[in-house]
Amino acid sequence: MDKIILVDIDKCMGCHTCKLSCALEHSKSSNLSEAIFEKNRTVPRIFIEKINDKCVPIQCMHCDNAPCIAVCPSHAVSRKNDKSPVTINNDRCIGCHECIIICPFGVIKNGPDGKSLIKCDLCIKRLEDGKDPACVESCPTKAIKYLSIKEVNTEKRRRYKVMILQNEQ
Amino acid sequence: MTKDLSYADKASREMGKLASDENIEIIWDRFEAMQPQCGFGSLGICCKVCNMGPCRIDPFGEGPQVGVCGANADTIAARNLIRMIAAGVAAHSDHGRDIAYTLLLAANDPKSDYKIKDEEKLFAVAEVYGVKIENRDNREIAKDIAKAALEEFGRYEGDMVIAKTAPEKRIKLWQALGIMPRAIDREIAESMHRTNMGVDTDYKNIVKQGMRTALGDGWGGSMVATELSDILFGRPSIKRSKANLGILKKDHVNIVVHGHEPTLSDIIAVVSQDEKLIEKAKAKGAKGIVLGGICCTANEILMRHGIPIAGSFLQQELAIMTGAVDLMIVDVQCIMPGLSKISNCFHTKLITTSPKAKFPGVTHLEFKEEKAVEIAKKILETAIDNFPNRNKSKVYIPKSKEDLVAGFSAESVFEFLGGKYRSTYRPLNDAIISGRLRGAAGVIGCSNPRVEFEKGHIEMVKELIKNDTLVVTTGCNAISCAKHGLLKPEAALEHAGKGLQEICRTVGIPPVLHVGSCVDNSRILTVLSNIVAEGGLGDDLSDLPAAGAAPEWMSEKAVSIGFYFVASGVYTMIGDPLPVMGSKNLYNYLVDEIENEVGGKWAFEQNPIEAAHKMLHHIDKKRKALKLKPMIYKQAFESEA
Repeated sequence: MDKIILVDIDKCMGCHTCKLSCALEHSKSSNLSEAIFEKNRTVPRIFIEKINDKCVPIQCMHCDNAPCIAVCPSHAVSRKNDKSPVTINNDRCIGCHECIIICPFGVIKNGPDGKSLIKCDLCIKRLEDGKDPACVESCPTKAIKYLSIKEVNTEKRRRYKVMILQNEQ
Repeated sequence: MTKDLSYADKASREMGKLASDENIEIIWDRFEAMQPQCGFGSLGICCKVCNMGPCRIDPFGEGPQVGVCGANADTIAARNLIRMIAAGVAAHSDHGRDIAYTLLLAANDPKSDYKIKDEEKLFAVAEVYGVKIENRDNREIAKDIAKAALEEFGRYEGDMVIAKTAPEKRIKLWQALGIMPRAIDREIAESMHRTNMGVDTDYKNIVKQGMRTALGDGWGGSMVATELSDILFGRPSIKRSKANLGILKKDHVNIVVHGHEPTLSDIIAVVSQDEKLIEKAKAKGAKGIVLGGICCTANEILMRHGIPIAGSFLQQELAIMTGAVDLMIVDVQCIMPGLSKISNCFHTKLITTSPKAKFPGVTHLEFKEEKAVEIAKKILETAIDNFPNRNKSKVYIPKSKEDLVAGFSAESVFEFLGGKYRSTYRPLNDAIISGRLRGAAGVIGCSNPRVEFEKGHIEMVKELIKNDTLVVTTGCNAISCAKHGLLKPEAALEHAGKGLQEICRTVGIPPVLHVGSCVDNSRILTVLSNIVAEGGLGDDLSDLPAAGAAPEWMSEKAVSIGFYFVASGVYTMIGDPLPVMGSKNLYNYLVDEIENEVGGKWAFEQNPIEAAHKMLHHIDKKRKALKLKPMIYKQAFESEA
């Protein structure tokens, strides 16, 4: 993966906007007032967890060496190439739940039908159109960012420099 | 249930554990499921007043700093805040309006189930409204009072009349600031108008209208509710009673009245003593009828009839979970929509009575004042008929209940202090002046699953009385204090400072005085005005060594109450902050600058002990300004004021 999701937990307001836009992105109509009435109910792929006073959105990490792909006996979990998000093809899924068991982050879940598997696909269609994932675009405080490793490191070094400066003062 | 109610009263802890064991979903579970809650809402910077939005201001500065219309965080937070005030005022004042209509009914119809019970109060209120007393029938006087009270809601010119019972200096200040309330409904309507898209943008100007609206509650709608209820149902008098779920009885028909208005519950309190109904209950295998209250309905009938309290706001579901409540009757305010679901799991019959509050799937038996006794009897009969349906294997009534003394009012407190025949505030003022009492604090308000149940209330009240500060209480704080034994005269010996202890022992009062329901916070305003009038402690409410607090607030009504206390010159402390923290300017205005204008201000402190210390610090500041004597006894907490 060239780019990863970076969350600034100091900025997360716990507003659930990312969850809403995630569900909407994966709906049939992509229209909020229509999507809530769709027959096959759309669900978010992102989780908002609380840690003490802070909130943190958690979703699939799209691991380079993804254990869910490795354990899937029917090749339902896969990625197109090294730079693509990890996705699930429910038509191939046999329902063994190995991917759920092996995932260290607990971000693969059953869909509303109780059978299909659902997880973050990084809004693969949006990526193909050159857009950021829906959660990133919708976050009102820009707490969720989609950055290259290089950008992540530049940002982290910037913060580290600020910290050093503040300590000196 | 995951939440462990570690600080709550014993009965609530037991019922919480039962909910957990039986996997029954109650309020703390729903609160947990709702986490994390949206920070924009908590900070007050989410605006949905028009359809160009919803808009949100990024409190970190990276995202938008103004809404689509251009409103910034200050405007948005202030608009949201005064809409909360308007809703709170509407609730309290609509209660007042209903009482005024009931008084009018009693005045017009000699056969009405409602009578004028308190002539002394009738005459006192007549004087406020300039209603002639001499050579007139009480019903004629009552009619004029009811009409005058109803005029307070929609007067087209001039100011509110009952608000003029405030000290003169205060009234002049309100007039100078342009916040003297004109009419209750008008101020609510103007608040809604000003916060409509594209009207008032100046956060200070918006808050000013908020204060005027809130004053229409404390010195208006709530005061009308209190005073006219006293005329109809009698002024509270000192009563011994009990509080907590342990008042329910296994072998009795148990009826819980929950909500706020006394019109129906007061009649039920009387009708429940009906011999025929008791006989009917016995014929169904019960030994009698037990009536218990929840929320402010509980306070209303406790104060006037000594009816025991079943619990506070957070205990409404726990009461049903005992499996021993045959009927719960509700009217308006603080009734959890979740009640209908939990009552379906037990035999409890839930009945709504107000046309303003219906629940889908719940039996509605509309209350009409014209047929009060008839409807009350029907309700009691329904409860009795439901008694045999009780599933005995599901009944679990916790034993815990606590003794209490309640029924204080602006008048009766001081009959106590001055003696019945020379009712005067002098001994109270003298006790403060001489340094036996440090001051007075009104601790009131709701309970909230956001904080440790009852810890805020009890720790704060204990810390205040430990430091010789007399506490007056209403609403759910009063119920929490009752359940923790603080409304017993003996509580003074265990928890109060030496000075307060001396007063409690001499007069025979508890260190915490229960003065009623949440509309009865108007009684606290009257007490404060009377202290000023008695003399020796300044000439305005803001001069008094006093403070107010609502440590576990949750309702919009609490925001209104807080604002009418602040606008009356009182330092007002709450636990969780008002939803304004997203606007630094508004926050600074409310906790600091506003004091220069009205003499009172807000304070937010989640730690109840720290909060009590801040209140004591304020009290000391006022003592110093009045050049009062140092405290007679050494204080547990010494402030730097």
